[in-house]
Amino acid sequence: MNNMYISPDYEVIRNMSRCITCRVCERQCANEVHSFDPDGNVMISDESKCVNCKRCVSLCPTHALKIVKNEDTLRENANWQDATIKEIYKQANSGGVLLSSMGNPKPLPVYWDKILINASQVTNPPIDPLREPMETRVFLGKKPDHIERDENGKIKTDLAPQLELSVPIMFSAMSYGSISYNAHKSLATAAKELGIYYNTGEGGLHEDFYVYGENTIVQVASGRFGVHEDYLNAGAAIEIKMGQGAKPGIGGHLPGAKIVGDVSKTRMIPEGSDAISPAPHHDIYSIEDLRQLVFSLKEASQYKKPVIVKVAAVHNIAAIASGIARSGADIIAIDGFRGGTGAAPTRIRDNVGIPIELALASVDQRLREEGIRNNVSLVVGGSIRSAADVVKAIALGADACYIATAAVLALGCHLCRTCQTGKCNWGIATQRPELVKRLNPEIGSQRLVNLITAWKHEIKELMGGMGINSIEALRGNRLMLRGVGLTGKELEILGISHAGE
Amino acid sequence: MKKEGQIRIPSGCAISAMISKEGTRMSGEKIIESMIPMHDRSNGLGGGFAAYGIYPKFKDLYAFHIFFDDKVAKEECEKFLKDRFEVVLSEVIPIHKIPEITDVPLIYRYFVAPLQSVLARLQIDENEYVARNVMTINTHLDGTYVFSCGKNMGTFKAVGFPEDVGRFYKLDEYEGYAWTAHGRYPTNTPGWWGGAHPFALLDYSVVHNGEISSYDANSRVVEMYGYKCNLQTDTEVITYIADYLLRKQGVTLEEMASIVSAPFWSTIEKKSPKEAEQLSYLRKVYSGMLITGPFSIILGFTGGIMALNDRLKLRSMVVGEKDDKVYIASEEAAIRVMEPEAQNIWSPRGGEPVIVKVKEGVLT
Repeated sequence: MNNMYISPDYEVIRNMSRCITCRVCERQCANEVHSFDPDGNVMISDESKCVNCKRCVSLCPTHALKIVKNEDTLRENANWQDATIKEIYKQANSGGVLLSSMGNPKPLPVYWDKILINASQVTNPPIDPLREPMETRVFLGKKPDHIERDENGKIKTDLAPQLELSVPIMFSAMSYGSISYNAHKSLATAAKELGIYYNTGEGGLHEDFYVYGENTIVQVASGRFGVHEDYLNAGAAIEIKMGQGAKPGIGGHLPGAKIVGDVSKTRMIPEGSDAISPAPHHDIYSIEDLRQLVFSLKEASQYKKPVIVKVAAVHNIAAIASGIARSGADIIAIDGFRGGTGAAPTRIRDNVGIPIELALASVDQRLREEGIRNNVSLVVGGSIRSAADVVKAIALGADACYIATAAVLALGCHLCRTCQTGKCNWGIATQRPELVKRLNPEIGSQRLVNLITAWKHEIKELMGGMGINSIEALRGNRLMLRGVGLTGKELEILGISHAGE
Repeated sequence: MKKEGQIRIPSGCAISAMISKEGTRMSGEKIIESMIPMHDRSNGLGGGFAAYGIYPKFKDLYAFHIFFDDKVAKEECEKFLKDRFEVVLSEVIPIHKIPEITDVPLIYRYFVAPLQSVLARLQIDENEYVARNVMTINTHLDGTYVFSCGKNMGTFKAVGFPEDVGRFYKLDEYEGYAWTAHGRYPTNTPGWWGGAHPFALLDYSVVHNGEISSYDANSRVVEMYGYKCNLQTDTEVITYIADYLLRKQGVTLEEMASIVSAPFWSTIEKKSPKEAEQLSYLRKVYSGMLITGPFSIILGFTGGIMALNDRLKLRSMVVGEKDDKVYIASEEAAIRVMEPEAQNIWSPRGGEPVIVKVKEGVLT
C-alpha cells in the first residue's frame, strides 16, 4: 500500500429533482469537483477535491446543492480524533510538512467572548449617538512628554508624524501575490473612502495603487520584496514586519506559480521564482539592530512617516514591546495567535503564540508601568471579529485594531482555509485571471465600506451605552469590562474584575 | 463592606463656591448656608469645604490636615513627618461636637516646611516633595489620611450633611477670599471621612458633581505619572489631572479646560486655523485626560477658582455675580442664599470654563 485512502471531508448533496444541468457549478469550481456526465445526462461530483468554499452552493440557480460534513468517519476516539489520524495518513503518504491557511481553528479560549461590556444606569446617563455627537477619531503615533511654547507663549504644535483614523480599525497586511489585484484594489479604495488605512503586506505596491498612498501602509518584511525608495515614500506609514500571529518565528513562502506578471514585477523578483522570506530579518538579530532599521527607514522617508513594528504575540511579549517602544518606533502592532495567513505550516499555526487579549493587556500595563505608553500607539489584530471585539480591545488598552479575516469575509471569503492552493473560487487568494475577475473591486470596496460603517455605528452604540462620547475616553478604560468564567489569574492578566464584583 | 478606595463608589452631589475678586476675606457662614436649599442633593454620607486665604499667619508653610484612626497611627505619622519636614506648629483642628456628626476620628493639623537638606539631595522642588510624601503617607501609613496639604488654604470634610459639617468645623470662624463646598450622595455607605470631598493636593482642591465614564482611562493615565488613585473617586482623579497639567506640564487653565472637556472635532474644525491647530494638538497629546460623562467641577487654587462642565453639559451648574463677588452652584437657589441680589445669573455651556481670579497684587 503506497497511499492510504483518506475519505473526503465533505459530501456534495445534489438534489436531482432541482438540478437543471446548467453546469454553473462545474464552471465555478476551480477545484474541479463538478463535472457533466453526458452518458447519464447528469452532474457528478469528485468530492475528494471539495474544500467547502460554498461557491457552487451560492451560485446554483435552483439551490440544488448542499455541502455537508462527510459522515463516513473513523471509529470515534476522544484522543485520536478523525482529523489527527487523517493528518498522520497524509504525512505518511507524502513525507511533508502540513500546510494550512487562515487562522487557528482549534477550540482554544476566545477571551473576547468571556468579557462583557458595561452600560450606564441611573447614576449617569447613557448617550444616544443618534442625537448627540459621538467621536471615533484616533491619531496613532508618538506623543510628546511635555509641551513647548514659542516666544509668544503659544504652544508649539509640531508633532511626530501621526496616522489619523476616522474609526480605530485598519485593514491588516495581505500581500499582492497572496491576494489578488482586485482584492487589493477593493481594500485600497475602501480605505480611502473610509478615512482609514490598508496595508500592502510584503509584496510591494502595484504601480496602479500609488494613488491611494495617503491611505496605504507599506510593509518591509524579511524578504524585502518590492522595497525601494519610492515605495517607502508612497505610503502614509512604514511597517516593519517582524512576525505574524499565524506563524510566529518563521518566514513566508509564496510559490513560484503565483509569481507571475505584475506580481513578479511588483515584488521585483523573476517570474516563477519562489518568494521566500527568511524567518528573521538578517539585519536584525537583536533589539539594537531593530533601532537601526527603524531609523534607516525614517532617514529614507525624511522622518515624515510613522514607523510601525509588527510582532506576533509570543510568551515574552510585554518585554519585547517595551524594547520596541524604546527603539524609535511610533506604533507597535501585535498579532495574536488566531490571526489569519495565506499559508502556514499547520503545526505552527495551531500551536505557537498566545491570545491577543492577554498579550494586549500585559503590553499595555507594562508600558504604563514603565511610563512609556505615550511613546507608542498600540494596534492589535488576530482576530478581531466584530465591533464588540474592537470595543473590548480599546478598553483593554489598544489604540486601534487591525482586521484582515473580517475584511476578506466581506469580500466573499467563506473561510474554507485553502488559500495556499491558489485556487480561490471567490477571486481573493488567487492569481488566476479567470478567478480574479470574479471579484468586482467596486462591489468589493462597497462591501468593505458597508462593513466598517456598520461596525462604526455599533461602536458608537456601545460607547453611548457606557456614557462615553469619545473613543479616547474608552482607551484603557478597563473598568468598563468584566470577565465571566475566567480564573483569578486570567482576570489578573487582563486587569479586569469578574462580573458581579 | 469594602471601604472607599478598595471599591469604586459612584455618587451624585451638590456643589457651591464663592470668591471675592478683591481678595476680601469672608467667613464660612454663607457658604454653609448655601448648602441648605440643596439638602436633598446629598444623603448625609459626606460633606466638605475648601477655603483659601485662611492661614495668613502661616502662609509660607504647608498646612497638613490629617485624620488618624488612633494614637498609634498618629505617632507613626508624626515620626514620618519629623524625618522629612520642619514641623512649626501642630494642633487639634477645633471642632464643635454635634449629634449629627459621629464616629469622629482624631483630626489634627500641622504647619510644616520641607527639610531643605533633603530637598537638595533629591533635586526636586518643594511642591513635588510635598506631593510625593503625601502620596506615600496615604498609600502606606495605615490609619492615617492627609486630606489637605496646601499653603494658606485648607479643606474640611466629614461624613454628614454639608451644613452640619460646616458647623462641626466652626467654619464661620475662618475667613477666606474663596470657598468651595460639597454635599455628597454616594450610592452605598462607606462611612469613611477620607472619602468625603473636596479632594485636595497641594493648593488644588476639587469639588465635583457627577459620575465620569472615562474614570479608568483617566486613572490609568495619571498613575503612569506617579499618582496613586487610592480612593478610586472621580474627584481624586480630576485633582491629579489638574495637578499634572497645571503644575507639571505648565498648561493654562483655559488649555486644561480644552483638554478635560475638549471641544468636539467638528467644533475645532470651525475655529480659525491657528486656534484649531492649538486645540487639536492638545486633544492629540493629552487624549487620555479627556473626561466624559456628566460632571460639574469647581477647581480651587491659590488666587482663584475655575468652574467647568462636561462637554455635553449633563450636570446643572449656574453662575451669578454681585459687585466683586462671583457665586457658583449646582442650583440657583444656593446662589440666592449667598447673595439674594445676585445678578447676571447664567448657565455656562458644556466645556466652557468660568475662571475667576483675585485681582493681581491683592494677595501677597
